[in-house]
Amino acid sequence: MKFEYAPAPESRATAPVASSYGLFIDGEFRPSAAGKAFKTISPATEEVLSEVAHAGADDVDAAVAAARRAFPRWSGLPGAERAKYLFRIARLVQERARELAVLESLDNGKPIRESRDVDIPLVAAHFFYYAGWADKLPHAGFGRDPRPLGVAGQVIPWNFPLLMLAWKIAPALATGNTVVLKPAETTPLTALRFAEICRQAALPPGVVNIVTGDGTTGAALVEHPGVDKVAFTGSTAVGRGIARAVAGTRKKLTLELGGKAANIVFDDAPVDQAVEGIVNGIFFNQGHVCCAGSRLLVQESVAEELLAALKRRMATLRVGDPLDKNTDIGAINSAAQLARIRDLADAGTAEGARRWSPPCDLPTEGYWFPPTLFTEVGQSHRIAREEIFGPVLSVLTFRTPEEAVAKANNTPYGLSAGIWTEKGSRMLWLAGQLRAGVVWSNTFNKFDPTSPFGGYQESGYGREGGRHGLGAYLDV
Amino acid sequence: MPSTAPALPLADVTVSDAALRRFLHGLPGVDAVGLEARAAALGTRSIKTTAKSYAIDLAISMIDLTTLEGADTPGKVRSLCAKGAAPDPSDRSAPAVAAICVYPDLVREAKAALRGTGIAVASVATAFPAGRAARSVKLADTREAVAAGADEVDMVIDRGAFLAGRYLQVFEEINAVKAACGDAHLKVILENGELAAYDTIRRASWLAMLAGADFIKTSTGKVAVNATPANTLLMLEAVRDFRAATGRQVGVKPAGGIRTTKDAVKYLVLVNETAGDDWLDPAWFRFGASSLLNDLLMQRQKLRTGRYSGPDYVTVD
Repeated sequence: MKFEYAPAPESRATAPVASSYGLFIDGEFRPSAAGKAFKTISPATEEVLSEVAHAGADDVDAAVAAARRAFPRWSGLPGAERAKYLFRIARLVQERARELAVLESLDNGKPIRESRDVDIPLVAAHFFYYAGWADKLPHAGFGRDPRPLGVAGQVIPWNFPLLMLAWKIAPALATGNTVVLKPAETTPLTALRFAEICRQAALPPGVVNIVTGDGTTGAALVEHPGVDKVAFTGSTAVGRGIARAVAGTRKKLTLELGGKAANIVFDDAPVDQAVEGIVNGIFFNQGHVCCAGSRLLVQESVAEELLAALKRRMATLRVGDPLDKNTDIGAINSAAQLARIRDLADAGTAEGARRWSPPCDLPTEGYWFPPTLFTEVGQSHRIAREEIFGPVLSVLTFRTPEEAVAKANNTPYGLSAGIWTEKGSRMLWLAGQLRAGVVWSNTFNKFDPTSPFGGYQESGYGREGGRHGLGAYLDV
Repeated sequence: MPSTAPALPLADVTVSDAALRRFLHGLPGVDAVGLEARAAALGTRSIKTTAKSYAIDLAISMIDLTTLEGADTPGKVRSLCAKGAAPDPSDRSAPAVAAICVYPDLVREAKAALRGTGIAVASVATAFPAGRAARSVKLADTREAVAAGADEVDMVIDRGAFLAGRYLQVFEEINAVKAACGDAHLKVILENGELAAYDTIRRASWLAMLAGADFIKTSTGKVAVNATPANTLLMLEAVRDFRAATGRQVGVKPAGGIRTTKDAVKYLVLVNETAGDDWLDPAWFRFGASSLLNDLLMQRQKLRTGRYSGPDYVTVD
């Protein structure tokens, strides 16, 4: 007999959604000047969740002006005073963790297991961590009196909506900057809920402003002359445009862009844990992770055995309702992203790679893609070169450690990498050879506020998190 | 030397101490952080309503209801047997347990009390729980238990020999006990708490399976660290891989410290998602427990009536 888990859906009642939301400017919610709005939907059901104001150039102007007005007072506060606000925000995030997790899963499509156990705890951890730095900036290694930059314009993606907000806002506020943040068009709801938390924490008006909209809103913010610092996380294509727009201005810029990480498994790896790490590397958050381990490099001598174990494990992944506590893989964030994933997966088949997915029933409504594995992949295949940003793993093999290094580094990206081996000397040697901002060993996709994160080459520049993350918001 | 080893594709790895060592040390390593993280992640599965009801009845049917105290009496064993056969006097639909587990000198008592119920009698033997006795004593202990009617024998391995690296000695001893068991099922207790490292537990699991164990069992319940979700997960991986390598299926029995329904359900989730549903059967998975049953019964009553009853609505035996 089979052990079938009954559905265990988290209640939506903990996270009420209003029928419409305004922009958060100068401590107040207001409609957009032009009265424009757009809809945000649940990717799991295509149900419209709410209508959100679409910020135009006038609104961005107002938000930047509010941030500019708030800057002198905010940056003039003693660090310990700013820390109090950040600690308060962190505690409110913890108190409202369930509400935020449900809202995030509704709007983004990610499983509640991940928003509840990964995203929201990390959001709180980032605010706690940077709260701790706010009164210790003279000791952070940036000189005796590091100054804030001014107004930070921040544009974040849809894959970890609230976590990316925390990565951007926490260090900016700790260092004395004020902020105008634009969340992604498809996932604005938790940023707006965060605006409520700012009010609840009695954060002075104008310190945090949130403008919702699409790429045009983001462009208006990035190009605004009143912005002193631009921080962007998202696709390499958009990142290039931003770098072009900012070039020649006095604005400081950090970019955290795409990736095509190699997850390298040696023949002496702890097999069962490596399989978990591979699964976590590529199927975590439906593969919507810029540092996802999307290229699996396996030593040829264990490839067959490892792939058999991986397929067996993939067959146990539970795909479906993001609000069900037993779901492992939720919905693809948007129709556009689903189309991109399908296009690249089809290219994999067309170019001669072998495609495999475990049998799984996908819901009929919403945007879904089964966990997918490609074997017999060559370095020249598109699925080995381009970022898919979906639950699609390309498997390549290697024979020697040198070959593993050559293949792993043979990519225009360089955000992350993984090494699986029981041999410490090889692990350290390889970590030194890999051109990637983060190298995990015998684990994957682990995040911590104390650890800097960022890329090489087309994965962007600048670091977020840790002490290094402060530097991006200080005049150093 | 080994004469009664079952014919396995891996029989040649047991021809010498060196070959056995090479094989056991060639098994894939275990990353402790990753193993524990996986066990913890599976512990967050939400098992409600119909799934919970299924899991509770399955867990009851998998219990080796155990009394292993120096103060055990025939009366105590008889009343435990009665409880095992009909665990909930207020609800005859509650399933019976899988076995009653006692010391060898009480096997006859248990056997008589369970006649006609279909419930097995399990007996700990081989100088349980320390296992520090001459092999002749251990074998005599086993033979007595089987002669008294034990259907299942729970043996302890010689941890001293194992930790000293004398793998062939441990192999031969398990093999000899297996031969002494005759038709009785042999459960081999690894005593994970004393093996300490996960790599060692994996090696001990394979050694026991190679030597003919029908079940591998986490622990005696008599040391500080007994069954944990992580070491049980590791043993489930071992039986799964062993079946893939040899075609022979071996059961797993966590024992010691599993007291609540919540815990038991977590173990069933481990079984389901690691070894698979072939093992979701009392023939292949058991709980060694003494106090777990009452909590399962209380949760069962709660599902049936919608209300929590309390400890006075289940029996103490």
